[in-house]
Amino acid sequence: MALLRIDKMTHYFGGLRAVSDYNLVLEPGHIVGLIGPNGAGKTTIFNLITGIHTPTEGNVELEGHNLIGHHPHEIAGKGLGRTFQNLLLWRHMDVLEHVKMACYSQLEYGLLGAFFGTGRCHREEKRITAKAMHLLETFNVAEYSDQLVSSLPYGAQRRVEMARAMAINPKVLLLDEPTAGMTPDELNRMISIIRQVHKDFEVAILLIEHRLKFVMELCEKIQTLVFGEVIAEGTPEEIQSNPEVIEAYLGKEDVT
Amino acid sequence: METKQETPQRAYKNLLARYKAFSNRIPLLGWLCGGIGAVLIEYFLGDLVSYYLGLPKVPVLFGCLIMLKKPILIPGAVGYLLLVYGLPVFFIARALATPANKLAAFLAKGPITIAALVHLGLLYAILHIWTDMSDYRVLVLKLTMIAVMLTLSLNVINGYMGEFSCSHPGFMAIGAYTTSTITLWLFANDKLFGEALLPAAIGPFFFPLALIAGGLVAALGALVIAIPSFRTRGDYLAIISLAFLFIVKSIIENLEFVGGPRGMSSQPNYSNLPMVFIVMVLCIWIINNFVRSTLGKALCAVRDNELAAESMTVNTRKTKMVTFMFGAFWAGVAGGLFAHVLRYVNPGSFGIQRLAEILAMLYFGGLNSVTGSIVGAVSINLLSEALRPLEIFKWIIIPLLLILVMLYRPTGLIAFTEFKPKELMRSKE
Repeated sequence: MALLRIDKMTHYFGGLRAVSDYNLVLEPGHIVGLIGPNGAGKTTIFNLITGIHTPTEGNVELEGHNLIGHHPHEIAGKGLGRTFQNLLLWRHMDVLEHVKMACYSQLEYGLLGAFFGTGRCHREEKRITAKAMHLLETFNVAEYSDQLVSSLPYGAQRRVEMARAMAINPKVLLLDEPTAGMTPDELNRMISIIRQVHKDFEVAILLIEHRLKFVMELCEKIQTLVFGEVIAEGTPEEIQSNPEVIEAYLGKEDVT
Repeated sequence: METKQETPQRAYKNLLARYKAFSNRIPLLGWLCGGIGAVLIEYFLGDLVSYYLGLPKVPVLFGCLIMLKKPILIPGAVGYLLLVYGLPVFFIARALATPANKLAAFLAKGPITIAALVHLGLLYAILHIWTDMSDYRVLVLKLTMIAVMLTLSLNVINGYMGEFSCSHPGFMAIGAYTTSTITLWLFANDKLFGEALLPAAIGPFFFPLALIAGGLVAALGALVIAIPSFRTRGDYLAIISLAFLFIVKSIIENLEFVGGPRGMSSQPNYSNLPMVFIVMVLCIWIINNFVRSTLGKALCAVRDNELAAESMTVNTRKTKMVTFMFGAFWAGVAGGLFAHVLRYVNPGSFGIQRLAEILAMLYFGGLNSVTGSIVGAVSINLLSEALRPLEIFKWIIIPLLLILVMLYRPTGLIAFTEFKPKELMRSKE
């Protein structure tokens, strides 16, 4: 059974059709890439899946459960972790707190436990601190654990955001341009990190990316989105040689 | 060759460094012992010292009233402060540094509750002896402790959650009236509710329950605001809560059975010093536990970026509503205490001026910090009491001070820090 299945998802912003008839079947353990020019609707698709916008038409299912109409925090709790294109971090919180915060729905103490600092509250805090530290080590940012995120180098901020997304125990990880603004050196490191996460946590990944090298290297399947429509879908080799994709990216070749 | 010139700045820096080296060795326990020594000296020798310094009587509030009324007595008052408070605190704390450090290290091994109780016991002893000298001090201290509760609970909403709520005096009024109604109805012979229903002897034990009831009703009031205003983010809460404040005030003014604009009086004297102290400590403890837990940190996440918080499984709407009610609960409890400290409430005391006071204390002390709220509430409250002889100029000096704080420290004196009781109580060796 497909892990994440999207059927004929369509979304209008007023009169503008931002996404039309988008279909996706994401099998467990797969990495799918979503490419396309600016404004093609890639991030909108992420926002539709995670419940920030509700699709006008269509169906989104995670392991057979319908996601349409649920709040974003519920959808995230079902196992959809995501990162953001322009880094949405909490500027007054340190790195460790970021990752611990994503364990919010796994906490087994209630408000009263928090008010009175019960033993269970302390045990739970300890448990998620250990979990968070482990994740920070996986993403190679453990050294920054007690610093505010704003003081971190850009690449490290990206990795903190990914560690935070992994802390919600996702089954599907949505990465929105994970290498935006990175140097080639950092890019290679990011590839190996994503590979490792994919292997260690057995998570399926859907990622938006501009750099073709990155997508070609990581993804088993690639979708190309132009003006809200998927114009091509296939393996990296197929996409690379598809004339429509080349046209969308480079413009039409004049053959006359 | 360069010679070291003894400039005033350098002398000041030297002094500061020496003071730091000196005070770094003394644990909180040592300072508390020093405090006890100072208040004991005042208790037994205060009259004598003030007589020899030419003061008419023992200065009630650190000599501020005397100094402002009769400037000629300033040297005497300063001398009194040094002789009775400054030097004894210093010397006793210094002399007891070693044993106090040992005791603090010993307490640190045990559960934190016991260490906290020892420190709080000493603090209470200081306050008790200090206030034993005059009724005025008791009143000022109680109102200060209530102000601490109000400021802290508003900090949870305005600081940690980052919304702007104006309805705190309204919650306080709800708490004050609910608690007063319960105690007057059950335990007092009163012109509004008639004969007491229960024997007055059990009243003091029942009072905490009445306070909780007041807090809960205030929290219900908060729910009324929270439902419409947390659907979207923005300035809505500020407007709706301000409206709520006026609605509460005019409802109470028009409710004849709680005395209307004349208010309620002759509440039993249940808000004694230990009661107010214990409730304040509970308030600080619970709020501090909450804001340091991951559940409470969710507030900061919601404030800094709601979308990210929501995407990381945080139920933002529930978090905001619960927190708003939580803050209102403590405002209601503080209101209940307030009514029983003054033993009189009228709707007029819960207006826009009270709001301004609480906001001033909050923004002076610092957002997002329990320590900041305590410091802000105590300093603004004591300052406004100490500057009382200046009358109208008081309302120029305090706002000026606030403007200065806003200029040089836009988030307040001590903002964005965690209050860690364990760190505070640790041994310094």
